[in-house]
Amino acid sequence: MISLLAALAAGTLFGLGLAVAGMIDPAKVINFLDPLGTWDPSLAFVMGGGLLVNAIATPLIMRRKTPILAEFFRTPSKQQIDKRLIIGGVLFGAGWGLAGYCPGPMITSLSFANSDIITVVGAYIVGTLIARTLLRAWERDQLTEKQRAERSCIE
Amino acid sequence: MEIINFTPVPAFIGGALIGLSAAFLLLVKGRVAGISGIAGGIILPEKGDVSWRIVFVLGLILGGLIYQYFELGPDVSLIVAQTDKSLLIVAGLLVGVGTTIGTGCTSGHGICGLARRSPRSLVATLTFMSSAAVTVFIVRHLGGA
Repeated sequence: MISLLAALAAGTLFGLGLAVAGMIDPAKVINFLDPLGTWDPSLAFVMGGGLLVNAIATPLIMRRKTPILAEFFRTPSKQQIDKRLIIGGVLFGAGWGLAGYCPGPMITSLSFANSDIITVVGAYIVGTLIARTLLRAWERDQLTEKQRAERSCIE
Repeated sequence: MEIINFTPVPAFIGGALIGLSAAFLLLVKGRVAGISGIAGGIILPEKGDVSWRIVFVLGLILGGLIYQYFELGPDVSLIVAQTDKSLLIVAGLLVGVGTTIGTGCTSGHGICGLARRSPRSLVATLTFMSSAAVTVFIVRHLGGA
């Protein structure tokens, strides 16, 4: 229960931050992404503020052996830069630039939902569902191929 | 280049709140505050651990409601979509597919990942920032899309 309240507090603080920062306004986001046209540099300060707090807090937190309400830290350990990372970044960036919505602001905007916001969130859910389903199937294939390869080595 | 609507103070305060939220989630639950990762775990759940994700996402919406109730910035009625519905669908699909394949978005890679000095997150952030800027350039200045 305490753990769920903590998640609620974290989500609320995050949503409030997105709204105060102006990230919920796609016009502001698109103007940030347009340095050669009408440029609004504000979002660099959003990232700066977030990074400053986190760059100080994260190393201090990671000195602990465990989080307060969980058994271990689940930070990503993968180091390798692969094609998947780049392709994903290119596709995500194209979508972000097209409409000015990344996932956080999209969800926070549901607090004043209109048909446009519901449309973009709906499409985001469908896109995520398709990609996660395909990735799961692909990862299963990779596994069986690896197993097959191992088996053929033994034979 | 022409600078417009520059609001560095609320931007920095908002960013700091986002940073505090991410630090709090890491400290308490040992989790990275990547929104696409948290939301993705609801859309096609892994076994267990869905409830905190749902509550976190509800919090995102609650944060937006608190902003409106206390009038902490420009009125949300001034916010309008920048493209028509068909492009909103394309954009939403691209964001969903891209963040899933690339394992993260602006928050997970851009704020949490960079703070952990992850080389993967640095590459991801540079990639989606460039891709987004190129997209805006094509749409706005080459009259495409």
